[in-house]
Amino acid sequence: MRQTAPLAADTRPWRDAGATPFLRIQGVGKAFGMFTAVDDVTLDIHRGELFCLLGASGCGKSTLLRMLAGFETPSAGRILLDGQDMSAVPPHRRPTNMMFQSYALFPHMTVERNVMYGLLREGLGRAAARERAREMLRLVKLDGFGARKPHQLSGGQRQRVALARALVKQPKLLLLDEPLGALDKKLREETQFELVRIQETLGTTFIVVTHDQEEAMTIATRIGIMRDGRIVQVGEPREIYEAPDTRFVADFIGSVNLFEGRVDVAAGDGMRVVTQDLGPVTLRHVPGLTAGQTVWVALRPERLALGHSEPDTPNRFRALVEDVGYMGQLSVYRLRLPGGRLVQATLSSRAMDDAPISWDDEVWVSFAPAAGRVLTQ
Amino acid sequence: MSARSRPWRWTARGLGALGLSGRTLVVAVPMLWLLLFFLVPFFVLGRISLAEPILARPPYTPLFERGPDGALVILANLENYRLLWADTLYRNAYLSSIRIAAVSTVFALLIGYPIAYYIARAPEPRRTILLLLVILPFWTSFLLRVYAWMGFLQREGLINSALLGLGLIDAPLVMMQTTFAVQLGIVYTYLPFMILPLYANLTKIDDAFFEASADLGAAPVVTFLTVTLPLSLPGIIAGCMLVFIPAIGEYVIPALLGGPDTLMIGRVLWDEFFSARDWTMASAVAIVMLVLVVAPVMWLQSWLDRRGLNG
Amino acid sequence: MKRGWILPVLAGLGFVFLYAPIVALVVFSFNESRLVTVWAGFSTRWYVALVNDRQILQAAWVSLQVAVASATLATVLGVLAAFVLARLGRFRGRLLLTGMTAAPLVMPEVITGLSLLLLFVAMEGVLGWPGGRGMTTLIIAHTTFCLAFVAVIAQSRLRDMDDSLEEAARDLGAGPVRVFFDITLPVIAPALVAGWLLAFTLSLDDLVIASFVSGPGASTLPMVVFSKVRLGVSPDVNALATIIIAVVAVSIAIAGVILYRQARRRDQGG
Repeated sequence: MRQTAPLAADTRPWRDAGATPFLRIQGVGKAFGMFTAVDDVTLDIHRGELFCLLGASGCGKSTLLRMLAGFETPSAGRILLDGQDMSAVPPHRRPTNMMFQSYALFPHMTVERNVMYGLLREGLGRAAARERAREMLRLVKLDGFGARKPHQLSGGQRQRVALARALVKQPKLLLLDEPLGALDKKLREETQFELVRIQETLGTTFIVVTHDQEEAMTIATRIGIMRDGRIVQVGEPREIYEAPDTRFVADFIGSVNLFEGRVDVAAGDGMRVVTQDLGPVTLRHVPGLTAGQTVWVALRPERLALGHSEPDTPNRFRALVEDVGYMGQLSVYRLRLPGGRLVQATLSSRAMDDAPISWDDEVWVSFAPAAGRVLTQ
Repeated sequence: MSARSRPWRWTARGLGALGLSGRTLVVAVPMLWLLLFFLVPFFVLGRISLAEPILARPPYTPLFERGPDGALVILANLENYRLLWADTLYRNAYLSSIRIAAVSTVFALLIGYPIAYYIARAPEPRRTILLLLVILPFWTSFLLRVYAWMGFLQREGLINSALLGLGLIDAPLVMMQTTFAVQLGIVYTYLPFMILPLYANLTKIDDAFFEASADLGAAPVVTFLTVTLPLSLPGIIAGCMLVFIPAIGEYVIPALLGGPDTLMIGRVLWDEFFSARDWTMASAVAIVMLVLVVAPVMWLQSWLDRRGLNG
Repeated sequence: MKRGWILPVLAGLGFVFLYAPIVALVVFSFNESRLVTVWAGFSTRWYVALVNDRQILQAAWVSLQVAVASATLATVLGVLAAFVLARLGRFRGRLLLTGMTAAPLVMPEVITGLSLLLLFVAMEGVLGWPGGRGMTTLIIAHTTFCLAFVAVIAQSRLRDMDDSLEEAARDLGAGPVRVFFDITLPVIAPALVAGWLLAFTLSLDDLVIASFVSGPGASTLPMVVFSKVRLGVSPDVNALATIIIAVVAVSIAIAGVILYRQARRRDQGG
């Protein structure tokens, strides 16, 4: 994850309440007839960010992106880019460029002509445009491919041409619609880092639409999670993963074990939640909860510890190993609690070298009070 | 297969004995039909174009004849072709046919393209209805559609009455029996052949291309010229071919709307055959027309293959 | 994006161009006067004249018979040709067959008509068949040029069809003939109907080829109409045109409703 690299606080302007956002989306909505695709979205994005709009298909993320590009007109709200209202600006006059999911490379033009196309529309001379196009093709490591037609390129090469074509005009904002969606898994992983490298080299603000949470976690400075046309949570990848606001987000990003329960005692620096499946568990104190309130305890699979001997923590349970999935560096365990509930735990495969855990073993499951997150919705 | 009936098995066995598989048979049926009724006739046409007209049934000389010494002599006579070249009537008819067909094709394209484009971009229920409206006239009689223009264009026709009534002209315009009327008739009757391939091509173009062009800063007109038009080139070519080629040989339209001075080769052929009863000359006219028609088709086909626009 | 007004206006004018003559034709079929340009009051006298015209009725009957026969034959042969080209891969003469099924689409009718007539005459000289010109030669000629249209429609449908349907049937034990009748034919059935209708219309509509290959006593409707309108505009032809337009419009409306219902049922089912 990207933010694990030490970043100075001033490179994360969204943490600074006084910073002026570069792109302001204010109460934007879009309805197609009876169907509301985007519903009252308000979002601030800062210069130089690589912002990911993440959501399942049909959640409105692409419609929001297309409103930023100008292909759809918002039915409500307004979009301010660099302080300028974009509402009345047609797509061809906007200082934004888009990389299309299908790439939309003009099949009748060579790679170079494709990349030059936007520059020529700006009125740039042919020679200058060619020079800039070649520069950009070099940046995406495609120098020497300029004379080819799009159909003579591989999928990965086409993806880079599309990126070059969208970037060559030096847009204030680059919009990318599932930029890696058409690539196979291995190429996608390589390209993720390539995309970040290019974004950091140029410093352009990127907004990426994707349905792939791993991709979003890998490349984004911040992620906005969308559901049913609304933004449900915005945050840095670590924040979203470790501190989801809702059960939906917790479940959408990575795997999670959710336990419904009631707040029992909320006092001091700890608190107790009585769950149906685990009984009482001890967790870190969360302010603002009242005794008796219904909550959900979210436990990430890698936060659970497994062992043959009884551990010395308050939160420990017996469970039966029902299934073990070996995935290389990790192993996934499906555990049956005495009450019948299934729980998932993930452990490093190496950690189990000394005392392997296998099918039908009775084991101890435990977690630290800080490992569980309490969700109210 | 158990369900196979006896006659079927017998037939299969019988054919197998003859060395014919079911596959061969399936290929053979349409192949033989087309060979006999489409390809062979052209050879007959070519052979008769080399004969001389005589007063007999059939009215042409045989291709072979026994010479005085009993040897077989081939009678090939190039007189018809010499005449086609020498007589300005024929040459002018060919040139004028090509000219009229070309002008009509251009106008059909100019009228048809906006319609096709509009339909291709229309939302769904409207699109099907509009498409149906384009096809509908095509299902009604071709002859009657040409005839409809007679009522419009004649001296006392609707257009003249309307213009006279509005005081826009003092004397009726002469529109019937002109080259203009023939071109109008061709554009009118062949318009669906222009629109349909254009439409088929335009709907296949992904909207993302237009959006990408706008996104890169192209105004709508520029997008049309640099993206839409080049991408619809295969449709334009297909539509133009479907109008231009049959129009060259058109007979009905010049016969009904054209004047005596509207020369078209289809009409010349018709008169040669039905009025002059010279089958050999009609055949020669047809052979040259065939070459004129086939040449552009072959050229276009190879051009399309080279450009890789076919796939 | 905002829509310009130029395109709708141009398209609208195009549709006016397409329909104005047809509308005028229909309107003046109800004209009392013999002049087709001056309105002299509503009348159906030209329809009465039409149904009493034995020559026209006779020709219509010939046309109808020829159209049904040649559309049916053309559909059978056209589907075979399309199937061979779309499914049998490489075989000797493939290029030839491709050319022969495509060429009639653009072949000028005068050439087709003349060459077929000459073939018939030559065949008669050699084989003694087809024994004069008439219905038989008409049907052969119309089948040949309609075949190409059916083949084009069927071929595009076959190309769109999922190959794995046929492969699944083969896998489940059906022989090639069974597959063709059980799977291929039902799936492309709509294309067959469309192809038959197109062939029927083309046959009914043809004047030029028919003029060459038909003989005495086998005049088709277009031939009779042509000899009438050559002499000038005549209102009973307007009446005939109106009837044809009405029949076509009603048939297309019915077909449209059926197709729409089917599409809706499919959508709901899926």
